[in-house]
Amino acid sequence: MKKLIDNADDVTLEQLKGFGLAHDTVEVHFDPNFICLAGGVEGRVAVISGGGSGHEPLHGGYVGMGMLDAACPGQVFTSPTPDQMYEAGKAVNGGKGILQIVKNYTGDVLNFQMAADLLRAEGIEVRNIIIDDDVALQDSLYTAGRRGLGTTVIAEKVCGAASREGYDLDRLAALCRKVNIHGKSMGMALTSCMTPQNGTPSFELGEDEMEIGIGIHGEPGIERMPIKSATEVTSMLARRILEDGAYTRTLSEWDSEKEDWVDVEIQDITFQQGDEVIAIVNSMGGTPISELYTVYAALAEQAEQHGVKIVRRLIGHYITSLEMAGVSITLVKADEEILHFYDAPVNTPALRWGA
Amino acid sequence: MANANTPLQVVTAAMIRRWIEEMASVLAENRACLSELDSPIGDADHGNNMERGFRAVLATLPETEDIGALLKGVAMTLISRVGGAAGPLYGTFFLEAGKPLAGKTELTPEDVVQLFENGVTGIRKRGRSDTGMKTMLDALVPAADALRSTLAEGGDLAAALKAATDAAEAGMKGTIPMLAQRGRASYLGERSVGHQDPGATSSYLIVRALGDAVEGISR
Repeated sequence: MKKLIDNADDVTLEQLKGFGLAHDTVEVHFDPNFICLAGGVEGRVAVISGGGSGHEPLHGGYVGMGMLDAACPGQVFTSPTPDQMYEAGKAVNGGKGILQIVKNYTGDVLNFQMAADLLRAEGIEVRNIIIDDDVALQDSLYTAGRRGLGTTVIAEKVCGAASREGYDLDRLAALCRKVNIHGKSMGMALTSCMTPQNGTPSFELGEDEMEIGIGIHGEPGIERMPIKSATEVTSMLARRILEDGAYTRTLSEWDSEKEDWVDVEIQDITFQQGDEVIAIVNSMGGTPISELYTVYAALAEQAEQHGVKIVRRLIGHYITSLEMAGVSITLVKADEEILHFYDAPVNTPALRWGA
Repeated sequence: MANANTPLQVVTAAMIRRWIEEMASVLAENRACLSELDSPIGDADHGNNMERGFRAVLATLPETEDIGALLKGVAMTLISRVGGAAGPLYGTFFLEAGKPLAGKTELTPEDVVQLFENGVTGIRKRGRSDTGMKTMLDALVPAADALRSTLAEGGDLAAALKAATDAAEAGMKGTIPMLAQRGRASYLGERSVGHQDPGATSSYLIVRALGDAVEGISR
């Protein structure tokens, strides 16, 4: 394993220290670890997210004006623990409640649930909205459901802006849910990656093989096949996203009247001719930006064939898996509300415009 | 002291403390093996996480004879140190297991059954899961059932814990042909078949540790 680290056991700590020193618009807290907006949050809903480390810039890179108020990084590829969200929540609570944006991985879902229970015991209102936009999985009956991928970035951007414009907790949670059901993603890997602690590839891929339908934790995907050209790979991913049906799943959400977690049935949109979308062409970490443009060209062509218009796009490293080579594509159907908040000014270490 | 002729009727606070130490030691011993089981179907960190969690448990265990407080101590440390799905699930197990035992310094056989059954109910609810889904419940539920039925048939606690360990082991092995339906392994679909579930394996070790702790002290 060749990595720029001092000590594999303290790798997240090392990196957080540097992150804190590099960006003076954020505050980094240790033991428990969390990153929050310098200056705190007053009189609006705080937006918190988090997950395992190793997906940078997600989530710490998105803490800042107009996006996240706090991010809780876990160990590499391991969800954060509830005490992190609890302390982060107390640090950024502005008296209007907290929206926790959670990617659908069992560990994240359970830890954020426990964190919400702890914060609620302190009298702080919390809503957890789960992002599960990975179309690689066709149904959720016998699985933990679809994983959370790139739509998370758009949900954080849109909800962060809406909180600044005064959305209350219920309205913000509804908006976050809408972004989720408007968003669909799919990823692929050309290589595996190595977590610093294990030092070995998470899975073995032959020189002439690729893995389709991966998540972001170095776990194998849905299907392995011989490697194809960039355009063929992109068409395969894009078609799967654009032709995905109205996926229905049951997610756990807090019911403030019943005061308990309840199962809520939620259904996705399907893309239609004439839809406007926000697109992300995302490197899994090891694929250079130059190759992402080849992918974007093929994506734009596929979208046009489906009568779908890309009105905003992000091309680069947004939600990665360490040094894994590969790409994920995200399309989020944009309406007026989503576009308004997407376009609003943002100033974070990893995303900045209009500010 | 109990021996082969005097049936074991209570589990003492010292035994519970020894259980916790035994869990920490057996999970540390099996760190590599648990992570290896986790590698084909998960992300190869179950052993590392459990070892780290229980090392912290030992470092933070309160000096008390109150069994409820001991179990709550284990729960809170696991929740804050383990991460992943195992942290909140085992945390919930020990939290729910300890709740009705607050203030008790000795457990009757019925208390021990309750400990496991409450813990299992907690995991079922938190994980929205049940047996047959290739999870820790596939080891814990048969263990709890064996515990209750052995006692009901007149066996003493030592015999019941032995039966629970055997049932947990069988349950653990029973996960090999199962299709995973929860956690990261579920994304593999058919590819999850043929691998022993790491969560069921750590659960078996946890059940076995109680039997070993009780036997170690009563002998």
